[in-house]
Amino acid sequence: MGLAGGQEAMEQDDGGLHQALHGDPALLTQPIKTVQDKFQLLPAFLQVRGLVKQHIDSFNYFINHEIKKIVKANERVTCDTDPNFFLKYTAIYVGLPSVEEDMVTKDITPQQCRLRDITYAAPISVDIEYTRGKEIVVKKGSNGRGAISIGRIPLMLRCDRCVLYNKSEPQLAKLGECPLDPGGYFVVRGTEKVILIQEQLSKNRIIIDTDSHNDIVASVTSSTHERKSKTNIVMSKGKLYLKHNAFSDDVNMVAVLKAMGAEADQEVMQLAGNDETLSALLVPTIQDCKSHKVFTQAQALEFLGNKIRPSPMSFGKVRRKSKVDEARDILANVVVCHVPVVRYNFQQKVMYMAVMIRRMLLAVLDPSFIDDRDYYGNKRLELAGGLMSLLFEDLFKRLNTDLKRQADITLSKANRASQFDVAKCIRTDTITYGLENSLSSGNWTIKRFRMERKGVTQVCGMLSPADTSIWQPSILPSLHPTSLAGAEQVSGPRALHPSQWGMLCPADTPEGESCGLVKNLALMTHVTTDEEEALMTRCLFMLGVEPITAMAPCELHTRGAACVFLNGLLLGLHRRPHKLVQVIRDMRRRGYVGEFVHVHLQGDACYFSCDGGRVCRPLIICDKGVPRVKQEHITNLISGKWGFNDFLRHGLIEYLDVNEENVSLIALYEQHCTPSTTHLEIEPFTIMGVVSGLIPFPHHNQSPRNTYQCAMGKQAMGNIAYNQLNRMDTLLYLLCYPQRPLLTTKTIELINYDKLGAGQNATVAVMSYSGYDIEDAIVMNKASLDRGFGRCIVLKKYGATLRKYANRTTDRIVTPLPLPGQRTPPARFRLLDRDGLAAVGDYIMPGDVYINLQRPTNTARWTRCSRQKCVVDKVQLTCEWQTRCSRSAWWTRCSWRPMMTATTTSSSSSATHGGLSWAISSVAGMGRRAWSATLCARCVRALAPLCV
Amino acid sequence: MGGDKKRSKGLPEYLELQRTHVHCGPDVNKHTTTFTSANVFEPLCIDNSWNLEAFKSDLQIEVNHLDDEVMEFDLIGVDPAIANALRRILLAEVPTVAIEHVFMINNTSIMQDEVLSHRLGLVPLRVDPKLFDFKLAEEAPSEKNTVVFKLDVRCTRQGTRLINDKVTSNMLQWMPAGSQLPEETSCRFTQGQAHLVPSQQEQKGKKFMAPVHEDILLTKLRPGQCIQLEAHAVKGIGKTHAKWSPVATAWYKLLPEVVLLTDDVPESVAKTLLDAAPGLFVRKPDGKLAVTNARHHEKHLEKVRVLLDQEAIAQVVQYRKRKDHFIFTIESTGILPPDVLFEQALSILHDKAEQLANKL
Repeated sequence: MGLAGGQEAMEQDDGGLHQALHGDPALLTQPIKTVQDKFQLLPAFLQVRGLVKQHIDSFNYFINHEIKKIVKANERVTCDTDPNFFLKYTAIYVGLPSVEEDMVTKDITPQQCRLRDITYAAPISVDIEYTRGKEIVVKKGSNGRGAISIGRIPLMLRCDRCVLYNKSEPQLAKLGECPLDPGGYFVVRGTEKVILIQEQLSKNRIIIDTDSHNDIVASVTSSTHERKSKTNIVMSKGKLYLKHNAFSDDVNMVAVLKAMGAEADQEVMQLAGNDETLSALLVPTIQDCKSHKVFTQAQALEFLGNKIRPSPMSFGKVRRKSKVDEARDILANVVVCHVPVVRYNFQQKVMYMAVMIRRMLLAVLDPSFIDDRDYYGNKRLELAGGLMSLLFEDLFKRLNTDLKRQADITLSKANRASQFDVAKCIRTDTITYGLENSLSSGNWTIKRFRMERKGVTQVCGMLSPADTSIWQPSILPSLHPTSLAGAEQVSGPRALHPSQWGMLCPADTPEGESCGLVKNLALMTHVTTDEEEALMTRCLFMLGVEPITAMAPCELHTRGAACVFLNGLLLGLHRRPHKLVQVIRDMRRRGYVGEFVHVHLQGDACYFSCDGGRVCRPLIICDKGVPRVKQEHITNLISGKWGFNDFLRHGLIEYLDVNEENVSLIALYEQHCTPSTTHLEIEPFTIMGVVSGLIPFPHHNQSPRNTYQCAMGKQAMGNIAYNQLNRMDTLLYLLCYPQRPLLTTKTIELINYDKLGAGQNATVAVMSYSGYDIEDAIVMNKASLDRGFGRCIVLKKYGATLRKYANRTTDRIVTPLPLPGQRTPPARFRLLDRDGLAAVGDYIMPGDVYINLQRPTNTARWTRCSRQKCVVDKVQLTCEWQTRCSRSAWWTRCSWRPMMTATTTSSSSSATHGGLSWAISSVAGMGRRAWSATLCARCVRALAPLCV
Repeated sequence: MGGDKKRSKGLPEYLELQRTHVHCGPDVNKHTTTFTSANVFEPLCIDNSWNLEAFKSDLQIEVNHLDDEVMEFDLIGVDPAIANALRRILLAEVPTVAIEHVFMINNTSIMQDEVLSHRLGLVPLRVDPKLFDFKLAEEAPSEKNTVVFKLDVRCTRQGTRLINDKVTSNMLQWMPAGSQLPEETSCRFTQGQAHLVPSQQEQKGKKFMAPVHEDILLTKLRPGQCIQLEAHAVKGIGKTHAKWSPVATAWYKLLPEVVLLTDDVPESVAKTLLDAAPGLFVRKPDGKLAVTNARHHEKHLEKVRVLLDQEAIAQVVQYRKRKDHFIFTIESTGILPPDVLFEQALSILHDKAEQLANKL
């Protein structure tokens, strides 16, 4: 936002605050009026943020910025054999969705991809400079398109490259798309895939924990673009050791500090703090260090050098560094690698490790200092864009390695027939198929980053209207349920942690093995994206943070001062931390720093964060317990004058992440506000997620009932989308007479659940204890079933592929011919038209042939229908240019009437509320002959092939 | 009344009340069973056997309301079994004529053939079932057992207006001459059905051989879409499919009674009762509490039932229902008037009884 606007807002705020503090005291004591229709903020929020939007935003960030950073970081390809050779990427472009057929590029829509079983993807092209012989070739594209294509990237629907981006409802209808479909998924080989959010432990943060021997451990998972490593400091038998993969053995911590330049024992003591009790705890370690005869930095490096784990790669290397150099390198670049070490100046790292040690020692003295692993502030979420960028980074690097290898081989040959042109060697398959395969299988295997995850993507099956909205907010756990070993199968990570309040849905989790591990976002949750750190760093230094590099060890733990961390990195010290926190908060509310910069003061440390993947949610700010949002603001919102961002801009609402929420006092309702209240909830029902939001009166239910309903709500049958009859899904269940629930919740209206309807309202008589009901079973009125209650249509796809063979023969579809000596073809061919296909409207009986396909060996093949009687609803013929085959698909249809024994499961154990909205969850039994009033003769309808 | 006569047989008063009335309590109704066994009162030396003469003299039917579609009447002096048998016969066994076979010629509408056919089946047709035979499965459709309707609609655009965008039941055309697709439907009439339409004065302004209601929405069309079909209606009963049920519903309830057990009601109780059910309870000119006919104050009855929870009130007021007095309501779909339906139901019950008697 503009600076002027902020200024204005600030003055306004100050006026209000001034009046509240120094004005008429009677104003303060008058009763707080409840603001009506506060929940209107929720739809406004969902318009700008939330649920599917954050997936799309993260993907947009990836294709617009992240991809450029990745290419920039890996822009140069050189080769070992020819020092003059280079290939340099100067720019990268992601194009618009298209498909190449017969050397012609055509635009494509998602609906076409679904029907034709192809991938909705856009070409990635690059501008390059490279050497060909002795000349330097510069290839530059134009019109937002690079000179050379390096592959195709599947596009997320409704991202800013998608054809559906910013389209109106009629335009969407023209593209064959449902306007209620929120997008956020990919169409890969015809199936709709959604990437689930991944949960991880925070990177670059110190976590104090206990290990299996009940020893205190401080661990840091460092992650930078170059390297990822895990460092542990462990307190074993009263002594501190550094545990790291680079060392074959645990090494004495004091020796490590000495190796990093803190030679004097006094300095080591001061680093941990001038407290006697803390110093006493350090003594055994120092003594142990002494016993190893380590006194100086050189001795310490020597000592560490002997403990370096020989890496398998270093065997072949000719030039080996000395052990001392190697140890120094490891300390500088591998151990706690996210703390920068410039020219072997270890000051910052020493201080950082000192903080680690101090926190450990405090935890030894007082176990309450041990961190809670399951605390949600220690978790980070990874969205679709981030996962895609990881994958792309790996594939791009692989592409470059391939190019290098090719250049190595070709250029090493002395005489070549033609000049080596690297631009012609760029293969598009690596990236295209790499991305496609990962998306369609859900296996994210990236050896480079030691990443091996399965089930990252899910088919968003479109079984029910809310389906796309349902899958989007699911969070996959950091540890897969099957990877939990027996002893670890404790309830800890599965339990609902209090810090998840408002961020994750308390009810929506699957039952069984992944119970509590797979979670779902709440309605108003937002996941942050990375923000520029440098600005924040500068801002903090200007506000009086003393840089850590200009500090003596003894100053580190000055009483009243606090260490200032930014994204887990120790920046320095501030003497008046409370003031600093206050200032930063004020700046955030006025828009001078990002809205997702969060701060919390904990003990003698002040943590600022602006990194990506934190969950946060908006709350109303309170001044001395008086909420800032007043009725007039809501009136502005309802009249459309204000959007959600106006509330942020005027400093009425702010986002809080878990850590900052933890140090705030948040009132649920206005009447609960006290003078110490800092924030007010926007609306209590926003703690629920999308699926649990469909439950009416969830607070009147026993809690597992809500969880069961969350699992079953996804199975509801009804309409799936406006384009449901044109989608040719493999299997589709539709209700003949879907209804909108009589009793809707606000969430239902927000996610348009009522526009499609998934179920029917039933009048249910609940009988006491015994009688006809057997727990969950019900007795149904036959007449109501006769009249259409629970009647459904089942649409099923059958297909056949026509292949082309190497010997230039092809499969073909032909008219059925009569057997020799007979006039008409056999009876089972009765459905086939002259083109050899069954026509729309035909009744298929068991054993009927619906395609007469001939293979080159001249053996006719008949594909048969299922055993059930059904009708041909649609016939589609498509061509696939890449695999050179055409496909035909049949969509058959049959209607089911629920049988009298239809078993239904109702998750509502008691139907005591006024209206019970109830959906038939499952209709078991195939039903008798489906349609009662019908016995059709053959439809005299022409074949209407849907040729795309 | 039967009750009076039988009481003269000497059943103690409290037992007599239990025999004739259901006693409604706050949580549970008591004495809900009927005493049909002849020897149930044998220890008291009282004969409870069924008596045809008594039944004949006790049986009463009083019609309270009757119009083309709804009839409400009191059925007094019968067993619940009889009342329920009548109800179930009305729902499931009185025959009507409804569309059973649909021959699609063209259907380009959004609605699937099956669903459209199902909807057509549920349209009530004003066709007198007496004029037709049941069509057996092996029988070919003929003028004796089939009524043919045609639906031929095409939606077009006229300027900004859509023609035929709503397909309603009045677009179903009756084909008295029979099917126009005799080859496909194997339906051949030897003579037309035009004579089946009653004369003008019998029609009383109603359209016969057509849907009862003209405005039932069957489906909607967009310009260019069309529906061409032939629908064959046959005679059937509701047991096979609800579309042949002649009633929307038929139900009965027992006659409610509220009585004061004592003359001098404590003032506090009287006040509670008057507040809870004004109209049902009134004050007589002498200031004493009195009860009016409970039947006309049905809305208050549940309140009275809840009040019976209190001991003081339960001692004074009793809420009960006559076991042999049924307030019966028949809601016809409009194919046949409800009184005719009741007659037919009775005759079907009679046939059943006769069949049973013959087989015994």
